[in-house]
Amino acid sequence: MASTETSSEAKAKPDSHDLAGLEAGLDALDAVQSHRTPVSEVLLKKVLPPVVAVVLVVALWQALVWAKVTDEGSLPAPSAVWDSVSKLWMAGTLLEVVWTSVSRGLLGFLLALAIGTPLGLLVARVKFVRAAIGPILSGLQSLPSVAWVPPAVIWLGLNNQMMYAVILLGAVPSIANGLVSGVDQVPPLFLRAGRTMGATGLKGTWHIVMPAALPGYVAGLKQGWAFSWRSLMAAEIIASSPDLGLGLGQLLENGRNNADMPGVFLAILLILLVGIAIDLLLFSPLERAVLRGRGLLVKN
Amino acid sequence: MTNTLTKDQATGRTTTAGYAARIEHVSKSFAGPAGRQLVLDDITLDVAPGEFVTLLGASGCGKSTLLNLVAGLDKPSVGSIATPGGRPALMFQEHALFPWLTAGKNIELALRLRGVAKTERRTEAERLLDLVRLGGAYRKRVHELSGGMRQRVALARALAQDSQLLLMDEPFAALDAITRDVLHDELTRIWRETQLSVLFVTHNVREAVRLAERVVLLSSRPGRIAREWTVGIEQPRRIEDAAVAELSVEITEELRGEIRRHGQH
Repeated sequence: MASTETSSEAKAKPDSHDLAGLEAGLDALDAVQSHRTPVSEVLLKKVLPPVVAVVLVVALWQALVWAKVTDEGSLPAPSAVWDSVSKLWMAGTLLEVVWTSVSRGLLGFLLALAIGTPLGLLVARVKFVRAAIGPILSGLQSLPSVAWVPPAVIWLGLNNQMMYAVILLGAVPSIANGLVSGVDQVPPLFLRAGRTMGATGLKGTWHIVMPAALPGYVAGLKQGWAFSWRSLMAAEIIASSPDLGLGLGQLLENGRNNADMPGVFLAILLILLVGIAIDLLLFSPLERAVLRGRGLLVKN
Repeated sequence: MTNTLTKDQATGRTTTAGYAARIEHVSKSFAGPAGRQLVLDDITLDVAPGEFVTLLGASGCGKSTLLNLVAGLDKPSVGSIATPGGRPALMFQEHALFPWLTAGKNIELALRLRGVAKTERRTEAERLLDLVRLGGAYRKRVHELSGGMRQRVALARALAQDSQLLLMDEPFAALDAITRDVLHDELTRIWRETQLSVLFVTHNVREAVRLAERVVLLSSRPGRIAREWTVGIEQPRRIEDAAVAELSVEITEELRGEIRRHGQH
């Protein structure tokens, strides 16, 4: 009944002071409260479930080893894999191997970013370019990047350039396509509002189109990273050479050549862990920050 | 013309033209499924400096189209539109605030695009937020604001363009009645303080009479100016005032007549 009282009060004396009070009341009643989740809740709901899952998988793995479902050469015990980790760690090469691949992957990703972003903008904003290469660009996403390794080796030889070429061919289409779909989803109202404010041409692209397309762009980056990492591993496994230094892909290939199953398991786990870690540490927080800032992360 | 001149002096604005917007013999047609469709037919209308004009009409009368033409978002098929005060500011039914910016930064973007120096933007944005009585909302994100607050920030952003002409396209249509009523008071106050010219589109007769000095009724398909009323009721008015109600009844009758004509063929 409070609303009837305030409105009849406002009717009695429609002066500006009363209007201010009325408005303050409305604002207080309507304002949306947003709050962040406490840390304990995050731990319970977000951290505990994956930890339980990992523990269960390792337990199952150990159980299979104990049950002797297959010989130890095919399925090493978790402890054997742990031994190869500590061996590599003691030798001082573990971090070096991981860093060789991660630095290649990240540098390749940054290059893909520098090429994919302007390319995506061109495809999204210029009709002729979109008609010309839009379909090819989305088609390229479904081409496994391992297919690029043989031609890249022939063109560039067994070197780092070849690795970067494969990463670019894998990641650029994802990044460009993410940006294109981000731009396509920009509400036309934002563009109209921008135009009435004088944001046209490059100003409009910089102040309105790019920030409005950011959620789609970040989703494209996430996928672009996944493609970069996958392409790099394919390149490292196929094209291993002593000159290239020891990366995770070569580690896996060496394990196969030496019939060292714990080493193979170790390499696969490391590849998986690095992929997950980069996503969790870099891209997921970025995506969440973008969405939260826009009020798009709604809690049920 | 004398009327226009005195108003011009009263606002103290330096305009060489005696109008904030001049719409001359404007027609607009679009390509439709049945050939070209005439949406606006020979509209001629002046908005005087400092004047508040509402464009009233049923759906399909082309009132939003006309506003887009005045805003420069589209070009008339025939005729000309002049806005000597520069590019008009435009407010929409949806707030159209950018969700990646805070309320304050939304206003600062308009200032920046207008060419205001970086050092002055913050102060000016705070002043405009104070003007719409949202002094504490500078850091608020769009999704943290209520519908009425969003429209007030949108109004502040429109004012940041420092245009002499404010175009409003049913800006309060999506709000609840209590909030809309408060925003009417707010808009009247700000219009009188800033001495802006306002061209306000609505389909709500009472709203048109509550706000305007002049109500222009458009017929539908194609939109033509059917009739005009000068509203002599003193501001601040209230939507439930007897004089507002009386004129609204008269205008509604006329509007209904316009709508009925379409059922006859």
